[in-house]
Amino acid sequence: MADKLIEINHLKTSFRIGDDYYAAVDDVSLSLNKNEVLAIVGESGCGKSALAFSIMGLHNRAKIEGEILYRNYNLVDVDESTWSKLRGKNLGMIFQDPLTALNPLMTVGAQISEALFLHNRKLSNEERKAKVIELIEKVGIPRPEHVYMQYPHELSGGMRQRVVIAIAIANDPEVLIADEPTTALDATIQSQILDLIRELKESMNAGIVLITHDLGVVAEMADRVAVMYAGQIVEIVDVHRLFENPLHPYTRSLLNSIPNAEKGQEKLHVIQGIVPALQNLPREGCRFKDRIPWIDESAHETTPELHEVAPGHFVRCTCYKQFHFPNEMKEGQAHANS
Amino acid sequence: MPILKVENLKVHFPIKGGIFGRTVDYVKAVDGVSLEIEKGTTYGLVGESGSGKTTTGRAIIGLNKITSGKVYFEGKEVTNLRRSRASFHRDVQMIFQDPYSSLNPKKRVLDIVAEPLRNFEKMSRSEEKKRVEELLELVGLSPESIVKYPHQFSGGQRQRIGIARAIALKPKLIIADEPVSALDVSVQAQVLNFMQEIQKELDLTFLFISHDLGVIRHMCNQIGIMYRGRFVEEGLTEDIFNNPQHIYTKRLVAAIPNIDPSKREESLQFRKEVDHEYKQSYANYFDEDGLAYNLQPISETHFVALPEKG
Repeated sequence: MADKLIEINHLKTSFRIGDDYYAAVDDVSLSLNKNEVLAIVGESGCGKSALAFSIMGLHNRAKIEGEILYRNYNLVDVDESTWSKLRGKNLGMIFQDPLTALNPLMTVGAQISEALFLHNRKLSNEERKAKVIELIEKVGIPRPEHVYMQYPHELSGGMRQRVVIAIAIANDPEVLIADEPTTALDATIQSQILDLIRELKESMNAGIVLITHDLGVVAEMADRVAVMYAGQIVEIVDVHRLFENPLHPYTRSLLNSIPNAEKGQEKLHVIQGIVPALQNLPREGCRFKDRIPWIDESAHETTPELHEVAPGHFVRCTCYKQFHFPNEMKEGQAHANS
Repeated sequence: MPILKVENLKVHFPIKGGIFGRTVDYVKAVDGVSLEIEKGTTYGLVGESGSGKTTTGRAIIGLNKITSGKVYFEGKEVTNLRRSRASFHRDVQMIFQDPYSSLNPKKRVLDIVAEPLRNFEKMSRSEEKKRVEELLELVGLSPESIVKYPHQFSGGQRQRIGIARAIALKPKLIIADEPVSALDVSVQAQVLNFMQEIQKELDLTFLFISHDLGVIRHMCNQIGIMYRGRFVEEGLTEDIFNNPQHIYTKRLVAAIPNIDPSKREESLQFRKEVDHEYKQSYANYFDEDGLAYNLQPISETHFVALPEKG
């Protein structure tokens, strides 16, 4: 399709632990369309950031297999000089922690100018400064001329994150990867930054990959959602369906474990067990199996695959068909289990 | 009688300056906070970073020096007491935010959890070990865990070790400072459920400090909202969420992401309105220094910081 910006096929990102490589991202296939916000949700250790870093080519020592197709490049094996042309120009990234993403010794203006300078040498100094001030203004920072001269430590967390965003969008990237962009921020600042990213998306015509663990952020921002567990995508679906009709047991468990208004002060759902460490991940069978032990073994597939259960709605493994929470026995199944 | 009563608490930190290191000014981290907590309930203290919520909690338990104001625990004054308040130290415990830095990495779980016992109880080694095993069982960890070190546990398990330590002396009040903000949602659910369980079991009172309104709503009976060291609004959970009065509270409530994607436009609109109102009527809610006014009652349980004349 023409409006596909990025197509990922069977991506596998492995890290070396001891003598062996272990896949943190294990056979992920995804595509990002134009003008779309694709959210990748999951808990720590599910591989969502490893996936984002693979797309940006930021892994140093990982072994990356599979394809990431962007225009006529396969990002998995482009060389570093091509990367330095693409990264920051066609592909922008917003990092989680604005304090470590910025250089404390450079003024805000200099850092944004650098991003422009590296990809566009034709601008004169005056033009570049004008562009930088325009960018600072665009991300909603008041008094841009003043902030141009300031250092990151003089700004608040929300303002710093706006600077990081200004750097990411400086060269009008086609693909923007936002790795937990609001996790380090306060609630009111979070909503401002999310509103900003949404506005920018409309004016920029870019595709955004939003990495987050916060389902509230997903509900506010995403068009399409990929839920990851233990390195694999377990469900991909558009955002409305995700909240109306989640299917995979992991997605349903996650949704059930957030405190919300309707549930009042009832007990929250707890997912049994823990996410296994990378070395101990079950590589065969349904990876979520151990965390829903009350579901019959036969409900799982031996090699779980993504099934298209409705147009655009993919779910891994067949266990979703028989899944129920421990406190709500399914009819007919109550007998089988007793 | 409330189990904890705080009256006009102030914690000011000096700013040193000049060549002689004289005090040139003060940071008024907490500036006139009063609250009462009834036994067996959970009181939520909400605010953004820098609002003074953590300082309030730490001042109550004695980790920050109180500049002025009074703290009463079970009717007795405990403000800035040191050695003489041993029983207060037993009865009030704290759960810290970060389970990675609040457990000594060089100590075994046994030593971590037994430390309060060693301070306050005279127990033989075997009694102590037995008690620690009981505590670990209570927080859902296996008794073999006592010989392990903190790094061998996941975040949620570590937080439960912190809780085991906090409940070792059967305290009456626990100050929980952002106990779940470092945890993933599913682990967070586990810790929150667990806190509710031990509350019932041990008839505990919680002072729950958090920036996450969703969690606060889930856990608390009463809520105080802080802004720059002062309360802007205080009331029962229903008062705060169904009938927020102060513009700052409204802003906080509006900023909670809506979990229903089809209401996206509405919540954006709502945020814009509140933001507009915030800019328009800022002067009606805050004095010249940008601080909140004193609390005025608007119902028996609900207090809002509004100018005197009303």
